[in-house]
Amino acid sequence: MTDVLVCLKRVPDAAGEITLSGDSMSIDARHVGYTVSAHEEAAVELAVQIADETGGSATAVSLGSGDAVEQLRNALAVGCSAAVLLEADAEAYGPADVAEALAAVVRDHAANGTTYDLLLLGNDAADSGDFQVPIRLAYALDRPVVTGISTVEIEGDHVTARGRGTEGPEIYEVPLPAVVAVMEGGVSPRYPSIRGRMKAKKVKIDQSEPSLQPAGNGRIKLVLPPAAPSKVEILGEGPEAATAVVDLLVRLGVAR
Amino acid sequence: MSTLVLVETDADGVAETSGEALTFARGLGDPVRALVIGELSEAVTSQLSDYGVEAVHHANGPAFETYAAAAWAAAVVAAARETDAGVVLASGTPRGMEAMAHSAVRLGASMAANTVEAVSRHPMVVNRQVLGGSVLEQMQVDGDIAVLTVAGHACEAVPADAPTTPAISTLEVEVPESDLIAKVVRTEPGEPDESGGLKAARVVVGGGRGTGGPDGFGDLTELAELLGGVVGVTRVVTSLGWRPHAEQVGQTGSRISPELYIPCGISGAIQHWAGCSSAKTILAINTEADAPMVTKAHYAVIGDLHEVLPAINEELRRRRG
Repeated sequence: MTDVLVCLKRVPDAAGEITLSGDSMSIDARHVGYTVSAHEEAAVELAVQIADETGGSATAVSLGSGDAVEQLRNALAVGCSAAVLLEADAEAYGPADVAEALAAVVRDHAANGTTYDLLLLGNDAADSGDFQVPIRLAYALDRPVVTGISTVEIEGDHVTARGRGTEGPEIYEVPLPAVVAVMEGGVSPRYPSIRGRMKAKKVKIDQSEPSLQPAGNGRIKLVLPPAAPSKVEILGEGPEAATAVVDLLVRLGVAR
Repeated sequence: MSTLVLVETDADGVAETSGEALTFARGLGDPVRALVIGELSEAVTSQLSDYGVEAVHHANGPAFETYAAAAWAAAVVAAARETDAGVVLASGTPRGMEAMAHSAVRLGASMAANTVEAVSRHPMVVNRQVLGGSVLEQMQVDGDIAVLTVAGHACEAVPADAPTTPAISTLEVEVPESDLIAKVVRTEPGEPDESGGLKAARVVVGGGRGTGGPDGFGDLTELAELLGGVVGVTRVVTSLGWRPHAEQVGQTGSRISPELYIPCGISGAIQHWAGCSSAKTILAINTEADAPMVTKAHYAVIGDLHEVLPAINEELRRRRG
């Protein structure tokens, strides 16, 4: 029976055009919508699979605004059984702050009788891309941590984690409790069913505010790289362009 | 005060990405010292000399036989103390990221991931990639030691004006058992990471939604073969199960930097652009002249990839005779 805590972050959907807030301190995503990273979607899927296979539980947690309830409900809709919202301004939290707030949740729940054997996070948040929260969380809780993991299996008192190395899959065997940072690609996240969505609506989300004073991450401002003016040279339309294309390939030295 | 660079190596010596990190480090102005973990070949030493490194600290021994991020961090921390490092950095590779994050915690330091440039040194202010590189964050890294990773292809790997004669010393590192709990216990041969080929390829032919389905990649694959390249795809394509994830190019796939990238039927969402923007030349094939991929490309053909690619393949075969 493995109880899993999976961490999510509500982030702007980078598929759309990005604009900044008036003070250039945050991304204005009102018109592009929000999502969680692909890595976190995979982490939720792994959490639910492990809970199902071991007869344990999968709990989702997010630090963010009240709107992050949307992302938590999505996790509930695909099989998480409980959700925790740490209501805070995520922009004011650096990676060390987030790790500390998450560690506090793990400790509080342990004090109340729920010990999470496995903490799953995305390899990095899709927006801030700090690459630190899983590792800082592991140090805060004195647990082993592995990152870049695509699949996990619970075997007795340890987790077998598989990542992609440059020369082939790399396998870790780590004793539980442990922290694992997930990269997408090992599992296909399931889509929520209508029934799942209905059920998710009824779950009461445990809401609280972190008790720490965040130090932030040192952000001075955000900058949008200027859009370079298009310099595209149209070689032609349709199959007739083939000659011009191959001339170019020869010029570039990639074809004879 | 010095700048310490964690150098990764491969069969050819210093990894290209570590060469970029060394070049970035030289730009900071302090003497650059390198940490090499595991085997230290003559090729590596000679290349580190070309990159202007003043000293090489070499950590080796049983603790480093298989990869353990915490053990690497123990070496980084030992080297940082020995060299009085003001900045500790690595390339933003999976190993580099992981080792730097562990090291930052141990050094009580802040870390900036995916740095593209240093704005100032005192205080340490950097620009770094966020949101897959579509936005830059200007960040102040406070503290006595700043920990950075350098985004892949943020700068070119360039040798120093004059080579140095680096002093080579063995780094004494005490690695406790607890740092070896999370280590690679085995690698599985026979199933190589196909994305490795993608990252190193000179030519990549990309396929997106416009391919139409899993059967729509024949012409793409043929063009890739004719040019000695490989196929790369968008997230939509792997999400739909049309092609394996190993072929994905983008923010959550591989970041590529080929001589030539030929995106076919790819609109150019930010997620994908983040992975292919380092291509030297981009030739887009798309039905929409105003698709972002077309406007950002160097060259484009407006048309259906299923009509254009067979004609290109035919022309290539004809010229070969």
